[in-house]
Amino acid sequence: MADFSAKFYANFIKDDRWLGLVTGLKVTIIVTLEALLLGVLIGFLIAIIRSYHDKTGKFKILDILCRVYLTVIRGTPTMIQILIMYLVVFGASSLDSIIIGGIAFGINSGAYVAEIIRSGIMSIPAGQTEAGRSLGLSYRQTMWLIIVPQAFKNVLPALVNEMIVLIKETAIIGYIGEQDLTKAAMIIQSRTFDAFMPLLAAAIIYLALVMLLTFFMNKLERRLRTNER
Amino acid sequence: MSASQNVNQETLIEVKDLRKAFGENEVLTGITTDIKRGEVVVIIGPSGSGKSTFLRSLNLLETPTGGTVLFEGINITDPKTDIDLHRQKMGMVFQHFNLFPHKTILENITLAPVVLKKMTKDEAVQKAEELLGRVGLLDKKDTYPEQLSGGQKQRIAIVRSLAMDPDVMLFDEPTSALDPEMVGEVLELMKQLAHDGMTMVVVTHEMGFAREVGTRVVFMDEGQIKEQAAPDEFFQNPKDERLKEFLSKIL
Repeated sequence: MADFSAKFYANFIKDDRWLGLVTGLKVTIIVTLEALLLGVLIGFLIAIIRSYHDKTGKFKILDILCRVYLTVIRGTPTMIQILIMYLVVFGASSLDSIIIGGIAFGINSGAYVAEIIRSGIMSIPAGQTEAGRSLGLSYRQTMWLIIVPQAFKNVLPALVNEMIVLIKETAIIGYIGEQDLTKAAMIIQSRTFDAFMPLLAAAIIYLALVMLLTFFMNKLERRLRTNER
Repeated sequence: MSASQNVNQETLIEVKDLRKAFGENEVLTGITTDIKRGEVVVIIGPSGSGKSTFLRSLNLLETPTGGTVLFEGINITDPKTDIDLHRQKMGMVFQHFNLFPHKTILENITLAPVVLKKMTKDEAVQKAEELLGRVGLLDKKDTYPEQLSGGQKQRIAIVRSLAMDPDVMLFDEPTSALDPEMVGEVLELMKQLAHDGMTMVVVTHEMGFAREVGTRVVFMDEGQIKEQAAPDEFFQNPKDERLKEFLSKIL
């Protein structure tokens, strides 16, 4: 027991080392939020373009571009994408790596979100579109007021899943010099030569973050289901 | 009073040589007919005869591959025509109701009139409540479609179309998905509409409705109109061989 408290003291209390974890958590959250925002934006745009193309045959070039994007992003490791973004695309710029990371993760996540939302749109029966259009609503109005709200509800569990993956995946941002939660734990380890305590602490914080997110999303899901028995 | 008294000579929909093909498969092979204001046109025919496709071509839910549809004098098959504008005047009722499950009954009815700025929110609610009262479903206004029976859903779907003040109502097999005991309540409402002078085009298998409410019955087969006449003439004195065969099977 004395051993445990000594280790705990050395890893977290001494030199205010716990502060590193707090700053790291902040970085993890910021990068996740940036990526989430960008990812949902890209995902929505691509899902709408591709569904529109599937339905009408228009936007051929855009559809091909979208498919290239999906293939490349889903077919290469996130790690490589991050490194390319940091060393090549923004290699010469002085942009903060926390922004570069957010952009890279956002572009990555967008590919997955796009397919999730597209599957949601496809899950809504054609009769819903026909009902909307027959009332005189435009394609856009029908999409926005009738299809997307129902699609969103159907894919919420899959979207939450993607958000969880995203939170954890940001752990590799350390490779482009950003001190996130994982990197903060490794820094403590390099000072104290104890790997177990700081890594366990990081793991527990990730777990708590994911559980918190799941809790709120479950609540949202229940609220959206009020119209069903 | 019979519905036929409401028919006047003003042509509402003019269909000229309408054609529709899905790839190689020709579903409509040239249909020409007029629908006059106040008419109740009932379309019957074997499955695969193209009757639903014809109905859905009238408001361009199916894009025709040939021919024209003139609605209130305007060529709506012209790609330059803003079809959304004209669809506001053409109500449609579907076999599977297609109510919006994420909206309450009241929201289902008021959505289009408000979004399309035909009415203010208050006016739309007032109109919806009045229509709901007429079909005896006012107490359901705050429930969701999921909680209604099939017959109730279809009556709501009719009300949703009526809220747009359409000049014509298109019915695509409105009772085919209903349990038998609910067919009556929907047909009764449609009958009431016909008597109020609504122009209606109805694809159905309900011969009783065709005979009693229709002002004209149309028989379609192989993507064409094979015969059309007033109900009495149509059922008592059919001329087309296919129609005779069809009637002998179902009557």
